[in-house]
Amino acid sequence: MSPPVDSPSDISHSQDGSRERPIRRLRFSTAGKTGIAVILFWSAMVLVGPWIAPYHEAEFLDEALFIVPGLDDPYPATDFQPPGAVAWLGTDYLGRDTLSRLLYGARTTIGISLIATLLAYLIGITLGIAAAAGGRVLDSSLSRLNDAVLSMPTIMLGLVVISAYGSSLPVLIALTSVIYASSVFRIARAFGLDIMVSDFVDAARVRGEGLGWIIRHEVLPGMILPMASDFGLRFVYIILFLSGLSFLGLGVQPPQSDWGGMVRENLAGLPYGAIAPLVPALAIATLTVAINLVVDDISAHHGGKLAGEII
Amino acid sequence: MAALLEIEKLVVNATGGADYPAPVIQGVSLQLEAGEVLALIGESGSGKTTLALSALGYAKPGLEFRAGEVRLNGDDILAMAPDEKRSLRGQRVAYLAQSAAAAFNPALRIGAQVTEASVLHGQLSQAEADRRAADLYRALGLPDPDHLGRRYPHQVSGGQLQRLMAAMALCTRPDLLVLDEPTTALDVTTQIEVLKAFKDVIRQEGAAALYVTHDLSVVAQIADRIAVLYAGEIKEYGSVDEILHRPKHRYTRQLIDAVRPPPDTALGPLEAKDAEQDVPALEVTNLTAGYGRKQASGQLLKVLRDVHIRVERGHTLGVIGESGCGKSTLARVISGLLPAMQGEVRLKDEPLEPSLRQRERRQLQEIQFVFQMADNALNPHQRVDQLLGRPLEFYFGLSGDAKKQRIAELLHMVELPPEFSGRYPEELSGGQKQRINLARALAASPEILLCDEVISALDTIIGASIIRLLKRLRQQTGVAFVFISHDLSAVASFADDIAVLYAGQVVEQGPARRVLAPPYHPYTRLLIASVPELDSSWLERTLALRETRASIDQAVEITDRGCPFYRRCPVAIAGTCDRETPPSHTLDQGYTIVCHRSEAELRRGSFS
Repeated sequence: MSPPVDSPSDISHSQDGSRERPIRRLRFSTAGKTGIAVILFWSAMVLVGPWIAPYHEAEFLDEALFIVPGLDDPYPATDFQPPGAVAWLGTDYLGRDTLSRLLYGARTTIGISLIATLLAYLIGITLGIAAAAGGRVLDSSLSRLNDAVLSMPTIMLGLVVISAYGSSLPVLIALTSVIYASSVFRIARAFGLDIMVSDFVDAARVRGEGLGWIIRHEVLPGMILPMASDFGLRFVYIILFLSGLSFLGLGVQPPQSDWGGMVRENLAGLPYGAIAPLVPALAIATLTVAINLVVDDISAHHGGKLAGEII
Repeated sequence: MAALLEIEKLVVNATGGADYPAPVIQGVSLQLEAGEVLALIGESGSGKTTLALSALGYAKPGLEFRAGEVRLNGDDILAMAPDEKRSLRGQRVAYLAQSAAAAFNPALRIGAQVTEASVLHGQLSQAEADRRAADLYRALGLPDPDHLGRRYPHQVSGGQLQRLMAAMALCTRPDLLVLDEPTTALDVTTQIEVLKAFKDVIRQEGAAALYVTHDLSVVAQIADRIAVLYAGEIKEYGSVDEILHRPKHRYTRQLIDAVRPPPDTALGPLEAKDAEQDVPALEVTNLTAGYGRKQASGQLLKVLRDVHIRVERGHTLGVIGESGCGKSTLARVISGLLPAMQGEVRLKDEPLEPSLRQRERRQLQEIQFVFQMADNALNPHQRVDQLLGRPLEFYFGLSGDAKKQRIAELLHMVELPPEFSGRYPEELSGGQKQRINLARALAASPEILLCDEVISALDTIIGASIIRLLKRLRQQTGVAFVFISHDLSAVASFADDIAVLYAGQVVEQGPARRVLAPPYHPYTRLLIASVPELDSSWLERTLALRETRASIDQAVEITDRGCPFYRRCPVAIAGTCDRETPPSHTLDQGYTIVCHRSEAELRRGSFS
């Protein structure tokens, strides 16, 4: 290869640039693909769960179903039954079908968590950008208010709010989204401040662009990818938080099923070797691990080359 | 005796090979004797840093040694185990990076960081290491060598920190020093002192050095031999004298041509101006501006004081000064990003509001800002067509095919092919990004382009091609430029008029020809004397001048009283210059020098 003499030499490098974009193309590892498969499975259950469930979530199974031919017991126990042909995953402490409750519960647990996470992001990002772009006074007041929310232990705050307003789905969603919006706010504000001082934002301001345009076109696109990897993590926290509340009996109220609540109500079965408390715990575990696998892939990709090498 | 460092048929490839057809280093061999300084020179991407790092047995992430040997005193470095490499680095080979600010931990005292390697490798006790460090500070011409180690990195100047990094590297008495562009980020005035210190200390310590740079005139001062690299191969190898005066390879000649000639010979004919009849494109009067909260004295920090400048239509005003002189602030005030405290900015005789929010869209469109770092000025999430398309929509309401066509025209104007419109900034080289940055400003069809250090981050050859482009654009479009730079030869090769800015005040201003010829303001003379020349005796000659001696180790300081340049001025009058505001001499139509010395005295002052 001989050096170019006539053409400006920065142009001669144009071949370098023609290789494919390394950053924008996201490739998932095997672990990431497994994660996606699990997430897709549970999403499908959210959509069709109640229709494919063999029983209703609140339905007590009839004793007659458990009569074993040849055994002289006209009134067999229906609670904590082991898996079998009648109830594939056994029954719970009241003799309800665990599989059906799991399928119904997927909708409640994942649904509430997803709505709460989305709301937390909406609130957090909106206020975070407002703080980053809205000047010092607004920034200080929003940040101090946020510190106040952050300073309270989340479960304690949950207990207080629920004892005041009672437990219902809207209260649960509002409570969770406000609590988790505070950490989203911090991240969004930090990204926002970082981007607001970059030269390309100055370039837009010199052009005469309004604040709204700058936020939509210059600030938001730079925040979306890093915040997306955080979204998965936050979603997991919210599932765990809601399950924790249900476990304490403050979350979703019976007879409606949700995974955290199912663990709590069936704890008494553990000494008898019942799988009723283990199944929902396993469901929570598979979903959170799956989300984390995907998040890892996204953040490695976002962290660029360095993170890629470390992982 | 065998050479200290021998590199034999070294091949460095990108890992994952198949995607990258050409190796980064393709079979390079070279030798370095003890006590010798070898310069590796080439443009960005030529593989010079990769080659230099191979002397440490290190390949950057994503690269791997494919073939060849690197021997230091006969030991094969590439074959060493990781812990052998670790003891090699820092003890026998030391590395000096480009940015000293990044190499020092701001939370630790300087002394602890300078001596760390020798104490850690068990070479010296802490007390011995401290003594050794103090000796090095003295040899490097640093102030107060016995107590310097107690300070923190932010308490010394940038040039001093760069020299301290040399002390850090030399503390373990390495056989070989690898210097990677150690003066590239410095002002010319600071570069002199750093070069001098490096040269002395390398000689005194008897260490061999690999000096990586793209700047031939710096190499001329410090190296014994030069290896010219292009695309991973050594194209030419020889003594400094041979390479500079009898270059054989055409790429070497191209590099030498890209070194901008010393300022006073670069000027074209002085154009006859009918300035009086014409309304200037831009006029700034009585401008005072500053930043932030009030200082302890109750005063705001004024970065610009009482600045007057005038840019004729289609002409270029070069603004020059060291870092911290207020050059970028001037551009920010003109653009309205930073509202002025006092004074007026007039665009074609029409006064502008201080803040850009109050300016009309038409006025914003007439003044376009080209930011220094194209990396940071182009949003990485927007494609080139989005970057260039937005000003077209915003100012002219273009859309669809009209917009597409105009984008192609703009790309053509900055000498890029139309296919580039679909690329993201990360897919462009540094020079290409700077061209897109320019094209975006041109999209507004402005009257004035504010160019803030647009070539400072680029290497010489690419910088020269951008200057050629700017000249062509000026001819084609008749746009006027405010061209801000700390590089006097860049300004000299492009500007019609020059304003010399020191500590926020214009100390000399006028047609480029007049400013760059006697009589000089003492500061202008310092700047001119500091531009390195392609001549190995330049450094000694320059250091012999009283201008450079007087100003070494002095940072720009903003003062309220007297002449701001007083403390660095070789011809300052004690009792006058430090107390009274210097008068402005108008020597000619539009040519002024602000100094207590008379025109005759300034004219008499020579360079020696």
